[in-house]
Amino acid sequence: MNKATFYGAGFPYRDIGKLPGKLIVLEGTDGVGRSTQIRMLRGWLEEEGYAVSDTGLTRSELTASGLEFAKSGHTLGPLTMSLFYAADFADRLENQIIPALQAGFVVLSDRYFYSVLARDSIRNINHIWSKNLYGIALKPDLILYMKASIPSLVTRLVHGRGLNYWESGMDLHIADNVYDSFVQYQGMILNQFDLMAEEYNFLTVNADRSPDEIFEDLKVPILELLHNRLTKGNKPK
Amino acid sequence: MLRPNDTKGKLIIVEGIDGSGKSTQIDLLYKWLLRAGYSAYFSEWNSSALVKSTTRAAKKAQSFTPTTFSILHCADFADRWENSIYPLLKAGVIVLADRYAFTAFARDVARGVDPEWVRNMYSFAIMPDAALYFRVPLDVAVDRITGARSSLKYYEAGMDLGLSDNINESFELFQGRILNEYDKMESEFGLTMIDGTKPVKEQQKKVRSIIKKILTGFEGLPNPNKTPISVTNPQAGKPKKGGSK
Repeated sequence: MNKATFYGAGFPYRDIGKLPGKLIVLEGTDGVGRSTQIRMLRGWLEEEGYAVSDTGLTRSELTASGLEFAKSGHTLGPLTMSLFYAADFADRLENQIIPALQAGFVVLSDRYFYSVLARDSIRNINHIWSKNLYGIALKPDLILYMKASIPSLVTRLVHGRGLNYWESGMDLHIADNVYDSFVQYQGMILNQFDLMAEEYNFLTVNADRSPDEIFEDLKVPILELLHNRLTKGNKPK
Repeated sequence: MLRPNDTKGKLIIVEGIDGSGKSTQIDLLYKWLLRAGYSAYFSEWNSSALVKSTTRAAKKAQSFTPTTFSILHCADFADRWENSIYPLLKAGVIVLADRYAFTAFARDVARGVDPEWVRNMYSFAIMPDAALYFRVPLDVAVDRITGARSSLKYYEAGMDLGLSDNINESFELFQGRILNEYDKMESEFGLTMIDGTKPVKEQQKKVRSIIKKILTGFEGLPNPNKTPISVTNPQAGKPKKGGSK
């Protein structure tokens, strides 16, 4: 990435200048194994000599307490929730991601705003509204979409951290138990990701396999991106 | 940019820079409407308890950027919108708001965010039946504020913009920019301008005559005991007298 390009409005009040770093996004539904891959990719890239910074949704100090409070009380409306996520995203983008890119880091982002668009559109939030809201977002150099089937997600979660209220979309009251709700909810999320895969130029990786196999697949486009620093790479639309 | 009012209720809002006297006017209007037997509800800018806890911390740390400042104020508005303003309008209540989306359009754009972007963010809101803009010249507003308040706060003075190291000077420059944005919105949104330099009583007379016209033929939700409405949701704002946020 050289000159910063945004999906829309960006940050008109600040001069961002050149961004010598690379922004690589890992997207995918809950339980797909993103954090495992981020950890493996980070170790590998550092071994190769790249400075790496990682970041994830809802890790901003600004909104973390508010979002936790909201999730524990279940009293936030969908618009309010959506705006909280957007504030978190903007805070990390301006205060972590952009400075790291300016300093030449490879930034690995555990999800980006695409996940938020997916969860919002299921909650009847106007899609155009969300898209314009995220006009502040920087266009990543690479968007890797880890796509897994529902059965493999269920297997991983049941044997891992379990099926939780939010990841199952229990707030939507679509089923009376967490398993049925998870299956239906994640099915809807997958549909949204499939729609966005084309719109935002995701590179889809089959995540129905072992972590090592997925890792090998993820390395290929990343190597290509990093070795083509000087030539014009394929930018996501 | 704002949706037409599709509810049974009426939405009345006041706008203006700090020190324009708008809070005094809406407070008088609110009491007058209650005495007249209407169901009325008052909502104040930046008053949602949930969002307040977040903004307080960020204000203390002075860690807002113009964008996060803008989004969190919209989150505050959305919280009040979803929990009280919109449902009460649907029920046929007269909702009074001290500051509305136009405050964001003026302040956030004065801070440098994209005007279209912030207008999109508030596009879920309804265009008020009456949008009263209390206009005062900059020097009058500055005198009122600096005279009444011992010290200005960091963000209200726009210190984050680096316009001046002197807080009073920064406040004046920032309010000047906001005033400029308000003036542009007068025609964009058809705000009704009220001269905020006139005596309070005279302004209130004008306000009431405007509202009377809007309420002609309006029945709304009955208010048999002539009591104010309070929303017992912990997130909703409570009526509070005077002062700007």
